[in-house]
Amino acid sequence: MSEEPVLWLHAVTPGPDAGRLAGITGVGGGPVRPVAADGLVAVVAPVAPTEYGEVALRRNLEDLTWLERVAREHHRVADVLARLGPVVPARLATVYRDEGGLREALAQRRDDFRAAFDRVAGRVEWGVKAYAVPGAGAAASAPAASGGAGGAGTAYLLRRRAQLAATEAAGRAAARAAQATHEALARHARAARRHAPQDRGLSGVPEQMLLNGAYLVDADGGTDFANLVEALAGRYPAIRLELTGPWPPYSFADIDDGGRHDG
Amino acid sequence: MGDAWTRDDASTSDALTGEVVGAPVPDGADDYRPVALVDLLDRVLARGVVVSGELALSIADVDLVYVSLRALLSSVRAAAGGPEAPR
Repeated sequence: MSEEPVLWLHAVTPGPDAGRLAGITGVGGGPVRPVAADGLVAVVAPVAPTEYGEVALRRNLEDLTWLERVAREHHRVADVLARLGPVVPARLATVYRDEGGLREALAQRRDDFRAAFDRVAGRVEWGVKAYAVPGAGAAASAPAASGGAGGAGTAYLLRRRAQLAATEAAGRAAARAAQATHEALARHARAARRHAPQDRGLSGVPEQMLLNGAYLVDADGGTDFANLVEALAGRYPAIRLELTGPWPPYSFADIDDGGRHDG
Repeated sequence: MGDAWTRDDASTSDALTGEVVGAPVPDGADDYRPVALVDLLDRVLARGVVVSGELALSIADVDLVYVSLRALLSSVRAAAGGPEAPR
């Protein structure tokens, strides 16, 4: 219990507004603090190794209640920081033993962070998810089989085949609509990313998710972006769109690949 | 624990459906808006910067966590006699 706290990395900012961190609560419930390194300011929360050390983390990350609390505490800090200026949020559960190690790690990537700040400054992330609308377009193309030759069995098989073909066609149409939606949003955005579609069990949404996109948009462009989403929803009845955000620029914080378009 | 998850998803995803939320408010965290956990996990587990160094631990292998979550979720569903588990 007497072990030194370890440092949970929330985010990295250009600083030097350390004073503005006052009152921000980090993971674990304590105040966050700045760790300055080479023109960067890391925002960290000191946490107990008994709960956030390597062994404990592996166990706790399996606990959904624990994971949710920590994810929300982590998010809250990034959300507040994003309103103060450029921020590169850290991935969940990035923990350092001490300030020295953190400083060293930051200094090595200073130029990458600078580039990331330039990319996200004055911009926010919006999420757009597209779901297949069940039955969209299927009704029109499933006519009752005409009473030709052949018995009831044949008629059933023909009808069944037509239904399957209609379902497949509707699925293809929805997939095309989701792709076109992503492309239109990506053209509008500064950068775009596609997350893996969410598992139905995790999302709680029964319809199939066809697009789980993230879009980096100018902070004052939220209304235009939302209008575009609405226009696309009207253009493509085969899919249902859901807009989330604004988010801190989580999906564009990778400092390795320049946040390029990849859709 | 499955309870918290389900409740969060149901309420927030409904609330967020098609809704246009306002631009960020400059100051303060008081207007903190709840987000769907699953959307948050997409971002904080799979994205966000990883800076190596004197690292105690980082979730480098996100799939591992998701696999665990799925298994956990499936077992919760099964125990509750809910709808069929995700594929």
